[in-house]
Amino acid sequence: MQLRENISLALSGLMANKMRALLTMLGIIIGIASVIGIVTVGNSLSSSISSSMQAIGGNSIIIGLQQKSISTGGGVESLMGGIASPSESDLITDDMLDALQQAFPDDIDMISVNKNAGSGQAQDGRKYANVSVVGTNPDYRQASNITMVDGRYINERDILSVKNVAVVSDRLVEKMFGADADPLGQEVKISTSTGELQTYTIIGVYKYEASLMNMSFASEEDTSTSLYIPITTADRITGADEGYQSVSVVTTAGSDSYALSQEIEEYMNTFYVNNPSYQCLAISMESMISQFSSMMDTLSIAIAVIAAISLLVGGIGVMNIMLVSVTERTREIGTRKALGAKNSAIRVQFIVESVIICLIGGVIGILLGTILGYAGAGLLGFPASPSVGIIVIAVTFSMAIGIFFGYYPANKAAKLDPIEALRYE
Amino acid sequence: MDGQNMIEMHGIVKKFYIGSPNELTILKGMDICVKKGEFLSIVGASGSGKSTLMNIIGALDRPTEGSYWLDGVDVESLPDDQLSTIRNQKIGFVFQTFNLIPRTSALRNVELPMLYGGFPRAERTARAKELLQMVGMGDRMSHLPNELSGGQKQRVAIARAMANDPAIILADEPTGALDSETGRLVMDLFHDLHQKQGKTIVLITHNPDLAQETQRIITISDGRIIGEKEGGGKTCS
Repeated sequence: MQLRENISLALSGLMANKMRALLTMLGIIIGIASVIGIVTVGNSLSSSISSSMQAIGGNSIIIGLQQKSISTGGGVESLMGGIASPSESDLITDDMLDALQQAFPDDIDMISVNKNAGSGQAQDGRKYANVSVVGTNPDYRQASNITMVDGRYINERDILSVKNVAVVSDRLVEKMFGADADPLGQEVKISTSTGELQTYTIIGVYKYEASLMNMSFASEEDTSTSLYIPITTADRITGADEGYQSVSVVTTAGSDSYALSQEIEEYMNTFYVNNPSYQCLAISMESMISQFSSMMDTLSIAIAVIAAISLLVGGIGVMNIMLVSVTERTREIGTRKALGAKNSAIRVQFIVESVIICLIGGVIGILLGTILGYAGAGLLGFPASPSVGIIVIAVTFSMAIGIFFGYYPANKAAKLDPIEALRYE
Repeated sequence: MDGQNMIEMHGIVKKFYIGSPNELTILKGMDICVKKGEFLSIVGASGSGKSTLMNIIGALDRPTEGSYWLDGVDVESLPDDQLSTIRNQKIGFVFQTFNLIPRTSALRNVELPMLYGGFPRAERTARAKELLQMVGMGDRMSHLPNELSGGQKQRVAIARAMANDPAIILADEPTGALDSETGRLVMDLFHDLHQKQGKTIVLITHNPDLAQETQRIITISDGRIIGEKEGGGKTCS
């Protein structure tokens, strides 16, 4: 019944002590803002990464080389590269891949390989476009969800005859030849960062799609797009050994990619029984995604713990200032009691005040955290995805802090002896 | 009991530190009756037990022994929450130091007892305005206490004491913090309430001149009533 009066009373009290109120709220503001900020950035990071992983394909299995001396526990990091480079005799060969495909004819849809063949600029007078040159096999197109808009992708004949042909992005075409030109059959000259000049005939154009995997901190203008060439051509240019450190297997729809990854690993390792230093490791994209999300979950728990600590500190600050407020207003409390306020009315008054401090702090924290989250996500180049759930939790939590840390001071006020309180100087 | 008595106290004893070696008996057995509509003063030097007696009359404290009936209610046996209700409904406090709630307008201060009494807002505001007009503060209703002079504050406090139309007004040195002129105005206001509205008023003071204005004077010393006489019963000037 007196809630409205209590709220307006608490607000006028806060207004009378603005600086103190702000400092009291600071702990809550910082706690809530950091949680909201970090969760917003974390959410956008994880949704970007998992959507990129989904784009690669939940039904992919990546086979990579792993040094035998390293623990065989497996994991993302062991795929990303060992300490020493494997020699030519250690690499996964086309023969092995053919055998693999024949061993699992019903489960393996295709096997996609790619190799980095340097990066540089396509140049023609003053026009330029940044590219990274990637050697691929024909399966790469479908495995990587590349959409052709013109011409064709690299085929087996290009591979066998080691042709200097390239599939370029529509962005490159637009920049180098203009939107309306027909780029097919045209030549594109690439000067690589190592100083050599490569010339390719364009055989196809694909639709460029921005994703986490090809994003960079460069401006839109300078964004590098991939230029796909036959993998054999890439080997010739780079002088690299034939064979692969990692390949990507696309499983047929409906197959259990986790179970399959273990079978494939077992099969591939038959080639490596006698290899002294390397073995194969196969990881399904599915398990990488789940590994990633469990990593994010762990991170969330860590954030929650930090947040809980900072909110605890903030709550103690609120309790402290509420105790000060009760002492300062001892006479007022005595007067209220003399005028007929019941203990419960006094208790409610102070709890409402404490809840209001925390709630205002919480709301400021949410606003600040959302701004921070957007700024952080923007800086990293992801779309920000604020979580409504966490905001609801934050509001509830700050109210709970207000009640919890306000109760003791409020109860102290409620239990004051009116005679003592009225006499208090 | 006699329905004409607003206050009936018998054998009131108040002890502190009960059971400890320095047990202290402040009130040593008092019998006080106050008739309905009476304007009574209680006079005593400091340390005489005046404040303790006032706390008991005001239902802020309970006597150690004795019985206290206020407006037909046996007060000394009530639990805390019901004492709050008694204070709210039956007693209007006027303090020496005004004790208005800071940062709260005169109007809201007067509304406060009605708020605790559970009256709806519109009714509270209407009655508070009426009371402030009665004490001559109708033009300063939205002022905060720190924007009011001492005399004005005390008038607001008197309006607040009247809010729930209490059985008695209990005034503790109401002019103690005021100069003689404003003190005079406040006393006139009490006379006004007494004569025009028939309020029962208990004035606690150490000032014999003020006491002389009331109908009856009870003098206490060392926890006992040592004298009782008719006052002048000064009429409103």
